[in-house]
Amino acid sequence: MSSNRSKPHGLLAEFHTAADIFEAAMRCRDAGFTQWDVYTPFPIHGMDEAMGLRKSPVGWFTFCGGFTGFFTGMTMIWYMNKFDYPLVVGGKPLFTPLYAFPVSYEMTILLSAFGTLFGMFFLNQLPKFYNPLFKNERFKKSTDDRFFICIEATDPKFGTDATRTFLTEKCHAAVVELVED
Amino acid sequence: MASPGKSAAVKAPEPPAELVREPLVLNNRSLGWITNAIAGVCEKPMPIWWWPAFIVSVGGMLTMFSLIAYLVSTGVGVWGLNHPAAWAWDITNFVFWIGIGHAGTLISAVLFLLRQKWRTSVNRAAEAMTIFAVACAGIFPVFHTGRVWFALLPGYLFPAPNANAIWPQFRSPLLWDVFAVSTYGTVSLLFWYVGLIPDLATLRDRSKGLLRKFFYGLFSLGWTGSNRHWSNYEKAYLLLAGLSTPLVLSVHSIVSFDFAVSVVPGWHTTIFPPYFVAGAIFSGFGMVLTLLIPLRSLFKLEDVITLRHVELMCKVLLATGSIVGYAYGMEFFIAWYGGSPYELYAFKNRAFGPYWWSYWAMISCNVISPHFFWFKKLRTSVVFVWIVSIFVNIGMWFERFVIIVTSLHRDYLPSSWGYFTPSWVDVMTFVGSFGLFMTLFLLFIRFLPVIAISEVKGVTPQADPHHPLGGAKGHH
Repeated sequence: MSSNRSKPHGLLAEFHTAADIFEAAMRCRDAGFTQWDVYTPFPIHGMDEAMGLRKSPVGWFTFCGGFTGFFTGMTMIWYMNKFDYPLVVGGKPLFTPLYAFPVSYEMTILLSAFGTLFGMFFLNQLPKFYNPLFKNERFKKSTDDRFFICIEATDPKFGTDATRTFLTEKCHAAVVELVED
Repeated sequence: MASPGKSAAVKAPEPPAELVREPLVLNNRSLGWITNAIAGVCEKPMPIWWWPAFIVSVGGMLTMFSLIAYLVSTGVGVWGLNHPAAWAWDITNFVFWIGIGHAGTLISAVLFLLRQKWRTSVNRAAEAMTIFAVACAGIFPVFHTGRVWFALLPGYLFPAPNANAIWPQFRSPLLWDVFAVSTYGTVSLLFWYVGLIPDLATLRDRSKGLLRKFFYGLFSLGWTGSNRHWSNYEKAYLLLAGLSTPLVLSVHSIVSFDFAVSVVPGWHTTIFPPYFVAGAIFSGFGMVLTLLIPLRSLFKLEDVITLRHVELMCKVLLATGSIVGYAYGMEFFIAWYGGSPYELYAFKNRAFGPYWWSYWAMISCNVISPHFFWFKKLRTSVVFVWIVSIFVNIGMWFERFVIIVTSLHRDYLPSSWGYFTPSWVDVMTFVGSFGLFMTLFLLFIRFLPVIAISEVKGVTPQADPHHPLGGAKGHH
């Protein structure tokens, strides 16, 4: 199928409906594959359970960002208006968390948002501009109206012929082989 | 159950006919149709009207930039504001634009948390509107300082070490505002971009030209639609919505603190934060309708932005417009009930003083016009809705003008009374800011998907693996 230099990347199965891929994902999960993924034009409700994924840990990045933001805001205001250059305005206290709150609140949200965004990028390993999937012309439909499953060759349960049979016979999908450079 | 086996277990009971909701995408359009219809807008050459619209907008934008250059090189005296009204059109325009942004965040974040699926058809354009409106808003407070490099660089606005070793004064709501607005602009941009990533990947996979392939490819970051990615993505999106919701409420509350924390009669009231937030959402939905009603018909997107969407947004206008009307009444009541002669005078002066015309323009646009939307016939007449949305925009600009100028122009002592009139520079800078806004919006239509493609697909029945249209078997 491919030249000798090309290393197999995996098998790509194409599906036409959300229900078909949902069922196929459950079969792949039950068959015990680990290095595989489902590619869909939109998130399918319940697919995480169908694939057996754990809950996304993005929230921890958000929390760390938010904590840093609030702490930075409070410390910055204390340092600037009370410690480094005490500035008396209208006889108000040099520092109180009350007047420092709005700015610290905004900084909490700002850094939480950055934490969320970069946490998501980190967990998803994005940006990633090279991907063997992109070499398949059919795969372009994965952002349109087709659904794909890719079982990668690195999966311990992967065997080109056995996996191909599994995908075509058990999951009723059209299957092609993907290669890496 | 007639249908045996596994598929019967996933079958939900059919709801009674009167509870079946109208579909969000009309005419049972397929997933492929949705991609083609939306991505097609920015792939095909722009229709002929786009060019004159773009040229006029760029002209407005350049006018504004030239007048800003004139202001910076000459001084803030080129504007009409002076003692006692040292804030006038500049801050009016700032609050006007920032308020418009709020509808975008309300649609994208608050309606997301409330699981209002109809938001998917309008959130992309509304968020774009938010970002462009914040860009317009930022210009006015920055340039009302005159020589901006003295305000920005040595740390009066943003904390930075300077020659006098003085730090910003964090007790001032004006400084809170700097943080609120810049956070709001940044987070709105991040939220918008996160929403765009899957759609940019769609455009990448469809694009033919090398430049388009390169840029859509670059900004889609190598997105594949992997479900392991979607899982983190959806969590991140939910969290960003959860962060944007308290953010949007805080931004206009803090904008209102700019006034409420002072001791100026007409400004020093506790009703300001909720009243400003409701007004912001009211004005923003006005602008969303002003933009989307022509957009949906010019690009034949009526099946995605349906009449139901227009109607729902009219209901939001009705609700927030009523809150705004209530706030106007309550302000007057408290001015009398509070017993402060200065406060009462400020309000009498608003309605019957030299600026009476602006007060009644505000009342007729904001208090009367939304109440047409009690009637379904009017809510579903797009031309009528569009005209009312323009009045809402006008009314909300006047609201800010009334709050700012009428409260300032007569100080406690009659020796400090004056009458503010805008200069031509005031007027043309404001007109020019619409040029900037429309330039950005027209470029957005030209290069980016105006509707969130993947999100709209996600709310169709075809997306549901347990729905017959999604391919589920065992349904008759």
